[in-house]
Amino acid sequence: MTTPILEITSLSKTFGGLQVVRDLDIIVGTGEIVSVIGPNGAGKTTLFNLISGIYRPDEGNIVLDGESIMGSSPEQISNLGVARTFQTLRVFLNMTVRENVMAATYGSTKTRMWQSALRTPAARREDAEVRSIAEEKLAFFGDRLMGYRWDQPAYSLSYANRRRLEIARAMATNPRLLMLDEPAAGMNPVETNEITELIGRLREEAGYSILVIEHDMHVVEGISDRVIALDHGVKIAEGSFEDVAEDPLVIEAYLGYGAASTK
Amino acid sequence: MSHIGVDRWVEESGDRQEQFSGWTAPARRMFDKLRPGWRLALLLIVLSIYPLLVSQGGVRIGITVLLLAMLALGLNVVVGWAGLLDLGYVAFYGFGAYLYAMVSSNQLPMHWPTWVSIPVIVAATALLGALLSLPSRRLVGDYLAIMTLFFAQVFVEIVRNYSRLPGVSTDITGGPNGITGVDSWTIFGFQFSTFNHNFYLLVVLLALLIVGLHNIDDSRTGRAWRALREDTLAAEHMTTPVNRLKMLAFAVGAAIAGLTGTIFAAVQVGVFPNNFLLVFLITVYAALILGGIGSIPGAIVGAIAVAFTPEILRNPGAAGWLFYIGLLAMLWTVFKQRARLVAVLAGVVAFGVLLRLGALAIWGESILGTPNDTFTGRLLDGWLLIIGEQQDIVANYAFILTVVGVLGVIVTKGWWKVAVFVPTIYLAMFVWENKLALQPSVTRQLLFGGVLMVMMAVRPQGLLGTRRVEIT
Repeated sequence: MTTPILEITSLSKTFGGLQVVRDLDIIVGTGEIVSVIGPNGAGKTTLFNLISGIYRPDEGNIVLDGESIMGSSPEQISNLGVARTFQTLRVFLNMTVRENVMAATYGSTKTRMWQSALRTPAARREDAEVRSIAEEKLAFFGDRLMGYRWDQPAYSLSYANRRRLEIARAMATNPRLLMLDEPAAGMNPVETNEITELIGRLREEAGYSILVIEHDMHVVEGISDRVIALDHGVKIAEGSFEDVAEDPLVIEAYLGYGAASTK
Repeated sequence: MSHIGVDRWVEESGDRQEQFSGWTAPARRMFDKLRPGWRLALLLIVLSIYPLLVSQGGVRIGITVLLLAMLALGLNVVVGWAGLLDLGYVAFYGFGAYLYAMVSSNQLPMHWPTWVSIPVIVAATALLGALLSLPSRRLVGDYLAIMTLFFAQVFVEIVRNYSRLPGVSTDITGGPNGITGVDSWTIFGFQFSTFNHNFYLLVVLLALLIVGLHNIDDSRTGRAWRALREDTLAAEHMTTPVNRLKMLAFAVGAAIAGLTGTIFAAVQVGVFPNNFLLVFLITVYAALILGGIGSIPGAIVGAIAVAFTPEILRNPGAAGWLFYIGLLAMLWTVFKQRARLVAVLAGVVAFGVLLRLGALAIWGESILGTPNDTFTGRLLDGWLLIIGEQQDIVANYAFILTVVGVLGVIVTKGWWKVAVFVPTIYLAMFVWENKLALQPSVTRQLLFGGVLMVMMAVRPQGLLGTRRVEIT
């Protein structure tokens, strides 16, 4: 394995009496695609929230590319190169598609407000740059988010396109690690295939390391270098898709106690 | 993929619904085509000519409009763009006005030159704004609103009771009597002493403000503000330092309000605690919301509408028109079945004739008073009863009956509704001509409120605002 981009060691989080994540070790190698699966309530999204800085872990350590990001704010973590999408879509509905992506370049740009107010040459130059970055990221999605849609408000997009827009927006933060929270949720089979292909391209062409939460096993099978299965905040299996899919503990977690023996 | 044809039709459905309709459509379409620069030029031309066409009183109203426009623009930064519900905004306006009055009058006594006092005051107000933004790091929505509202109230109370605070020896705010004898702005030896001077000063400042804010809106900062308004958590994950941007929005809004306050103090030649009450805050909000929250032209149009409408309504004739048009419009929307509408109108006419005949038969000609000297008043003469003696008391009873009628209208259906509507409409007109039309100072506020309510019901996004979608 290459040097890890993300290294999580003995991570724990409780909400009141409920232990949501327990003593979790996860490693994502550079350029690797790792899928996290598990039934509802397994702690997958909480794991994302811990990494991206919404929650502060009770115990353990999160190291990004050799540097601990424990206790950093979401803004700092995003600036360090961790970008994410949300399971419940969180695009900026009343901004245009292009603006949505441009807004994600705040941390990598420098124009001060007074420069913008006066439209100084530096401000205009940077604005043009940001614009072309946004258009480049949107162009990644081909016809789906092209041309005439760039000036439309994000609320006019379909559900699937909002998911694409969220990915484009995350790409604009210039991440090293991209975390996708159920990218294929609510998509039809054709779009699901597209997403599978897209995630592969995100690694090949854009060069991100990717951590994915996904329920659609076709997607998981299609993209994953490695699969991690969680249940009740504990890692119950890890390995190739085939290994994890056959694991009795995983089958039990999804189908109930004893299911593995009657399969 | 070949979905584009179909998708485009779907994508554009929103725009199709947004297509302008109704009688204002041509004007709005034209406005929409104008480039921002030309819009500003048009506004400046109109504003420059305005003082030449009106009396001094008219220029004074114009100054009120411009002050309100600047305040609405500042509020738009905080509320419209950053999405922070700031109800303490009027305190920044008051803070700027009071600071200016203190350093430009015999109160302290100090007479700072304008080029010193204005930058200092604007910076101080911005700093105060940044301080008030601290709670917004944790509080949003209603909670932030309550916090800032408290601040606005505290400001007025401190200003009013400053000398009673423990350990205070000199009364720097003048208490309820305020500060008078405030200097005008003086720049390069030119004193902005008349209404006209100040009007043009405000026009220049407004133009600068519009250009600056327009540029900021379409910039890194503007996009970050809107992003945090739309979804603070997502914005934070997209490299936006949300707390710093909230602070910046508060500071910019406060600085604009403080600057506006200094001119207000100079024009009024004084400041009083009552200038900065919550009623005025609501006026600024009304201007912004009416014009369309989040829109620069909207804030200006809203300020014009909100400041001018009550002035127009000072004229009882104009107020009467509005009242009757409103009455007819209300009937038009209530009775979709036009037969019933005709029945109501005919019923009101018949009811009036009968009532008048009956009243004359019982009490004789002596009951009649003089009709109002307005167009509608003359038009209704000979049909609507105008009481000569004890007009006020009779009108009060009629008013109570009108309220009963309105309640009746709400609970009835079908032809019963028509039957109840007839006397209710008549009573409303009776109350109007016998009481309300005689007291324009009161009625203009009521009518103005009515106009605002109707406007917001018809166009909730405001005149020039864009509809916001909240649902996902």
